[in-house]
Amino acid sequence: MELTTLWFTLIAVLFTGYFILEGFDFGVGILLPVLGRDNRQRRAMINTIGPVWDGNEVWVITAGGAMFAAFPHWYASLFSGFYMLFFAILVGLIIRGTAFEYRGKGDTDRWRRNWDRCLFTGSVVPAFVWGVVVANLVRGVPLDANFDYTGSIWGLLNGYALLGGLTTLLLFSTHGAYFLHLRTTGDLADRARRLGWKLGVATAVPVLAFLLWTQIAHGNGASLVLIVLAVLALAAGLVLDYKDRSGWAFAATALTIGSASAAVFCALWPDVLPSTSDAANSLTHENAAATQKTLGIMSWAAVVFLPVILLYQGWTYWVFRKRVMVERIPVA
Amino acid sequence: MDVLDLARMQFGVTTVYHFLFVPVTIGLSLLVAILQTLWRTTHKSAYLRATKFWGKLFLINIAMGIVTGIVQEFQFGMNWSAYSRFVGDVFGAPLAFEALVAFFLESTFIGVWIFGWDRLKPGLHLACIWLVAFGTMASAYFILAANAFMQNPVGYQLNETAGRAELTDFGAVLTNPVALAAFPHTVFAAWLTAGTVVVAVSGYHFMHRRDLDVHRPAMRLGILTTIVGGLGLVLSGDSLGKVMTATQPMKMAAAEALYQTTYNAPFSILTIGSLDGSRGTPIIEIPGLLSFLATGSFNGEVQGINDLNAQYQDLYGPGEYVPYIPLTYWSFRAMIGFGMLAVAMAVIVWWFTRRGRLPEHRLFWPIAMWMAVTPFLANSAGWIFTEMGRQPWVVFSLYQTSEAVSPRVGAPTVAISFIGFTLVYLVLAVVALRLFLRFAKAGPPDEEGAMATSSPSDDPDKPMAFAY
Ligand code: HDD
Ligand code: HEM
Ligand code: HEM
Repeated sequence: MELTTLWFTLIAVLFTGYFILEGFDFGVGILLPVLGRDNRQRRAMINTIGPVWDGNEVWVITAGGAMFAAFPHWYASLFSGFYMLFFAILVGLIIRGTAFEYRGKGDTDRWRRNWDRCLFTGSVVPAFVWGVVVANLVRGVPLDANFDYTGSIWGLLNGYALLGGLTTLLLFSTHGAYFLHLRTTGDLADRARRLGWKLGVATAVPVLAFLLWTQIAHGNGASLVLIVLAVLALAAGLVLDYKDRSGWAFAATALTIGSASAAVFCALWPDVLPSTSDAANSLTHENAAATQKTLGIMSWAAVVFLPVILLYQGWTYWVFRKRVMVERIPVA
Repeated sequence: MDVLDLARMQFGVTTVYHFLFVPVTIGLSLLVAILQTLWRTTHKSAYLRATKFWGKLFLINIAMGIVTGIVQEFQFGMNWSAYSRFVGDVFGAPLAFEALVAFFLESTFIGVWIFGWDRLKPGLHLACIWLVAFGTMASAYFILAANAFMQNPVGYQLNETAGRAELTDFGAVLTNPVALAAFPHTVFAAWLTAGTVVVAVSGYHFMHRRDLDVHRPAMRLGILTTIVGGLGLVLSGDSLGKVMTATQPMKMAAAEALYQTTYNAPFSILTIGSLDGSRGTPIIEIPGLLSFLATGSFNGEVQGINDLNAQYQDLYGPGEYVPYIPLTYWSFRAMIGFGMLAVAMAVIVWWFTRRGRLPEHRLFWPIAMWMAVTPFLANSAGWIFTEMGRQPWVVFSLYQTSEAVSPRVGAPTVAISFIGFTLVYLVLAVVALRLFLRFAKAGPPDEEGAMATSSPSDDPDKPMAFAY
């Protein structure tokens, strides 16, 4: 395989992994005010992702670093072009990350309520904006001969991109509901199941619309297969969640997110950021890439470290596999 | 103000802010690991209580390090896209390595450590905090290697057609002499910083005569770390200075505001008057010290700003190659001065608390506690010196800062994000500091509480050892 192909694939995998993993983190944050009726329930919810959210977030840090190293032009054009979108995501991630650690360290209701708001906002905003980013990525943006984005923020808020945002927002919320169903007990798990069902149904509409639009406007054979898979998995998730098979339902939405994200990257290929103003200015996996030398070194690093990382991250999910019971949340 | 100024200000603010938390994280992770190891080997509950106490303060701090770090990773692309295109082939790789080797390790095992007290065997749980401590140092190494390329580009080849620097030797990038010298210097700075914080917080409890069985060993450890860090800083600073003179002689001249090339150049502690070459009045001068710092010999030649500027004009074309001298002059002194104050404080505290003594004077501890701000000032000053002293270059001799900024990003956009980040950071600084102080004052958990939450348990009814 060409190294540029390999790295395009690896970056797609990193983003896809990020969306699957942080997707349910975001979902839990979004559902916090809906499902968490009192402080203990909210704490139980937060603690389902407590040990893992930070590790999940590193997927996107790595995706960013890998993009910088393997496709410097892609990194430069994407982050400078989609500036305001990333600003919104970053502010969201900042207040969210601090909320995890600081929420439990105060003892007034106001303190907790404010951090709950941060957790919620810091989950909703990135969950929505990532969809906008990804949609604009496949749709393409006007680029000049230096590959710099020539439009403004308004050019990024087009109908297709907003639909993309709605899709990720709802999909991540559903994913989070199934996750909570899987990882909690009693009343909380039950309500998560019921909400998950409703959310799943509501999600189906934008997901179908967005994926169909993607397929018609940008798709190819591979993306079609993946889109069909994503839709089937979403339907399966609904049924499984309804039947109380929480683990399988969660696996199903993971598959939905995974294949939808993979479909988008397949539709993008061989470009990495198409130009809508002049096709000659499109960034492709070839003209955006680093040298063979850098790609070669990076490949060795990925071969050595990625399996180890997968092993130890998998191990942490194993260590914390037990459901979080509201009753076991310490009182103080 | 134009985009360039705004982008520079934003970079300065976000990076200095990130680096307020980083040294504490690097230093405290190690100290917590040591305390927990002491507990495992001696089984004294005081060590366990100290581990829990310092662990909590460590977590309050690392949370800020993490959230501000994410901004760092993305703002190269956002504000400095031209720079990213120019250096990406070389500079991206250490960043990617940092994520693969260090960030995954840190963030995964910190989660396991926080929540794992009742889930893991004690030895395994101890290993987690050591992995975190190792991860923070690895992280520092890779990021310093990236930064070293900006100070002293190595292992690359300029590709004129592609208009970028391309990697030829990754080993050379990782063993850049600047990185090899800056790494120990930064780690020692981290030890000094964390040590000073430990001394200050323990000092508060010494003042109130509370839980001395827990704070006394921590105090000793803090004093030791501060002094070792301080000595290490001087030694490593000396070699860093020589490397810097060899690679960026202008920076050394700027550190002393030395305009004329001089043998046996003195080092002035303070200067009154302007630093523009019309000779201000140095208050105290140490003869030959600058020459020694730069070359290792008191009679060595130190090149002056004017000669270097003329030389660079020949080499790189017309232009000014002089950084802003008052800033380099004063930040260099602030780094050394504030850092040495911290060391002096540690020595004084050690003297007055030796063999179980407790100082009586009511101003003793308040002063000692306030000294905890000095390493933060020293760290920021050191970085401001390093980065501003490199100007007008962003990559020394290859690429100027004015070319580096994103060409199509407008000033309003950068202004919004700059103001936005600054406000969020300000609020968080207040929150984090207040939390830190509150938990620092609250002191360690009692023995029962500490023991109850630190052994593996499968009892399904027992509350979780830790929950957010
Ligand atoms: C508590 C902190 C502290 C203290 C006491 C010192 N330093 Fe320092 N110094 C730093 C903290 C620091 C730093 C913040 O960590 C820097 C910024 C970049 C770096 O690698 O370390 C730094 C940079 C830095 C540089 C610039 C390197 C470059 O531009 O490439 C030099 C030449 C020195 N130091 C030299 C010294 C000397 C001779 C010291 C004492 C006698 C000293 N430092 C004390
Ligand atoms: C690997 C680490 C670092 C990299 C890659 C890096 C890179 C950069 C870049 C791209 C700029 C913008 C161009 C410029 O204005 O010079 C800059 C400036 C700056 N950096 Fe760094 N930096 C690093 C570490 C740090 C750290 C740790 C600090 C401080 C804590 C710091 C402080 C600054 C400051 C204050 C500026 C502004 C200088 C100015 O206004 O001209 N840097 N650095
Ligand atoms: C300007 C360049 C820099 C970038 C792009 C950067 C990036 C990051 C990122 C993304 C994180 C969060 C990792 C996580 O989620 O676990 C982080 C944390 C950290 N950074 Fe930086 N950083 C920079 C400068 C520095 C410097 C100069 C040092 C040390 C010398 C440093 C040391 C650390 C450490 C030890 C951590 C982990 C501990 C903590 O989170 O507080 N960083 N950094």
